[in-house]
Amino acid sequence: MAAKPKPRIKVPKEAKAGEVISLKTLISHEMESGQRKDKEGKVIPRKIINKFACEFNGAPVFSCDIDPAISANPYFEFTAKVSESGTFKFTWTDDDGSVYTDEHEITVN
Amino acid sequence: LMSVAGTRIALADVEATDKFIMEFTGGKKPETGKITLTAPEIAENGNTVPVSVEVESAMIDGDLVESVLLVADGNPNPDVATFHFTAMSGTAAATTRMRLAKTQNVIAVAKMADGSVFMDKKEVKVTIGGCGG
Repeated sequence: MAAKPKPRIKVPKEAKAGEVISLKTLISHEMESGQRKDKEGKVIPRKIINKFACEFNGAPVFSCDIDPAISANPYFEFTAKVSESGTFKFTWTDDDGSVYTDEHEITVN
Repeated sequence: LMSVAGTRIALADVEATDKFIMEFTGGKKPETGKITLTAPEIAENGNTVPVSVEVESAMIDGDLVESVLLVADGNPNPDVATFHFTAMSGTAAATTRMRLAKTQNVIAVAKMADGSVFMDKKEVKVTIGGCGG
């Protein structure tokens, strides 16, 4: 079995009110596409992260429906407009129902 | 004969991709403009190809991008990802990394809150395909 997926996130620690900041996210995951075959010629079952979402203080910022054509260790870079200090919450949903989360705080002046 | 068969397969892929786009747009033909897709001209490794989309929008009520569909017309399935934006996104821009089985077109389609749709298309030449086992 592969290791438990581990998120890696880059969020600025501080921003000015109304600033548009860049967020970078990556999670370790094999993203088995369901297209590959093993040595005996049997199809290796699909197992991917099928959904990613980012919220700020509970409100949706960005999300993505993911198909098997996204590379292993899925990477997403996007932006957020921040008007107050708070917490970014990141959620990844696996085909097997597992949910992986991470949180980052930002101070907005 | 080979080239005829090859053309037929390629067309079928393109048709499946078009159908997929039409499902996303609700049957509306996307216009050009507003959306920019950035992808490398040549990808040496089809396992991880960086792609970025950016849509011109103020990202406020009245001028908002709801979602962007990313498809590829030469993979086993056309669907790659769908990005969903909100006013809190600040911009309608996103970057990811995708698999390309062979040389093909990558297409991005933006759906605005007012229902209008825009697309951009880039051909990516792939040296080593990214769907093999």
